[in-house]
Amino acid sequence: MSNNEALKTTGAPSLEELLAVGQLASEEEMEGRGCLCIECIEEIPCNPCQTSCPQGAITVGFPITNLPVIDRSKCTVCGLCIPACPGQAITIKSVKNDKARIRFPWEYLPFPSVGDSVRMVDRLGQELCDGRIVSITNPERNNKTAVITAEFPRKFVQDAISIARSHTDV
Amino acid sequence: MRNDEKPAIVVGAGPAGLCAAIELKKAGAPVVLMDENAKPGGQLFKQIHKFFGSQEHKAGIRGFDIGKELLAESLRLGIDVRLKTEVVGIELGLKVWAVEDRTKSYTLDAGKLILATGATENALSFPGWTLPGVMTAGCAQTLINVHRVLPGKRILMVGSGNVGVIVAYQLMQAGAQVAAVIEALPRLGGYGVHTAKVRRAGVPFYCSTTIIRAEGAESVERAVIASIDAKFQPIPGTEQILDVDTICLAVGLTPSIELSCLAECKQIYIPELGGNMPAHDEYMRSSNQSVYVVGDIAGVEEASTAMEEGRLAGIHAAWAMGYMDDQTMKIKTDETRGRLQALRQGIFGQKRFAAKERILAMRKDA
Repeated sequence: MSNNEALKTTGAPSLEELLAVGQLASEEEMEGRGCLCIECIEEIPCNPCQTSCPQGAITVGFPITNLPVIDRSKCTVCGLCIPACPGQAITIKSVKNDKARIRFPWEYLPFPSVGDSVRMVDRLGQELCDGRIVSITNPERNNKTAVITAEFPRKFVQDAISIARSHTDV
Repeated sequence: MRNDEKPAIVVGAGPAGLCAAIELKKAGAPVVLMDENAKPGGQLFKQIHKFFGSQEHKAGIRGFDIGKELLAESLRLGIDVRLKTEVVGIELGLKVWAVEDRTKSYTLDAGKLILATGATENALSFPGWTLPGVMTAGCAQTLINVHRVLPGKRILMVGSGNVGVIVAYQLMQAGAQVAAVIEALPRLGGYGVHTAKVRRAGVPFYCSTTIIRAEGAESVERAVIASIDAKFQPIPGTEQILDVDTICLAVGLTPSIELSCLAECKQIYIPELGGNMPAHDEYMRSSNQSVYVVGDIAGVEEASTAMEEGRLAGIHAAWAMGYMDDQTMKIKTDETRGRLQALRQGIFGQKRFAAKERILAMRKDA
């Protein structure tokens, strides 16, 4: 296992570190369909992703410090694992024509509204491009972790991870 | 069967103490749970994040909801919970001296004593550290999540362990900006998923960095940070000024061992689990066979491990008091150890597991 230099010095995993673990989807796989992307590259004792999946598409197994492994043939991209992950490390991404979409967890106030223009950010928190909010869901079972879908230019699909917080001084 | 009618006394109603008391009461043993605070739950009620672990460790449930569940269970079982009750003395032969509400003093004989007194946050001294606005991360977390008061608008977090990064995230949820998280070591301490969550919100992390001083007229207005060398000495010329009004210290915890010292429990030094702590065996018994130590007092870990340690002690104490047969004790103990072991694996758990093994080995030598 690599020593995750970027993760352990910048706070965020690099694309190389993520690709080495193999939990991301390629752009070809994302063409016209949502793909589960997990960014969980450190052995921590945790497996709610596995237990939240009704299809058995995510396996952690024993010991529970194993990294999650995705079986894309079973995954229906229902997204139940997104709010279940205590580490907020799961997204679903897709691409179509010149657009990309990401479904990601969100726990900051204020919530954006559908149709809002937002700034997409990369793993280092740097603003990448404009995006637009497509949907927000926050049913009871999410236990207060909303799941947001945003649309943005396709070329940023591998780097985009979330949206910038719209902070107002309190 | 009942060879001992004196109650088991559990000191500290955090996750470890609550679980110990619940196991004792479930077995039918008399138990008294004492806590100096006005509310039980220890630090659980300020943990607003979803816990790690697996289903049996209540993973995915937010800390305060776990606290609510444990409280409901203790109420349902009818545990004698004495709040605002400080344990101020222990006599060998197991007499516990308690002071209730700072006015009423009494002693109570204990059949067994379970110390779940937790840990205390470490401070860090630097010029300006007494200015208002410098506080421990746990203090900031109590302010925002229990009292709903935001201590400041721009925060510097000192320390990148899980406490530092979780509280940094929660300060942003509460509406603050986090200017930076600094770490003295060359690598970040907390879980990568926590640091990643904070980083994507735009918070920079600086490794091999320390705080030089806090500045401000009446309260914190700025923090000066600098890079440090391999010997932790500041490197001249690397100073940076951060405009912050709050400096949070997340630089580790020390087990609160005072009562275990009064009970003459043998103390050992395990730096990676917080320093001095009472030695214990695999049932969480200290060198004083009537006294158990569970949770952070027995080595600083997490709420999830504290709960399992509490259960281990509660099960063993119930058995030792004659309220559980040998086979039930063995089965329940093995199940609990299995869950505990699952939490002590992986790159983070291994270090704690190794330290815990060392404690057990030292106990055998004693």
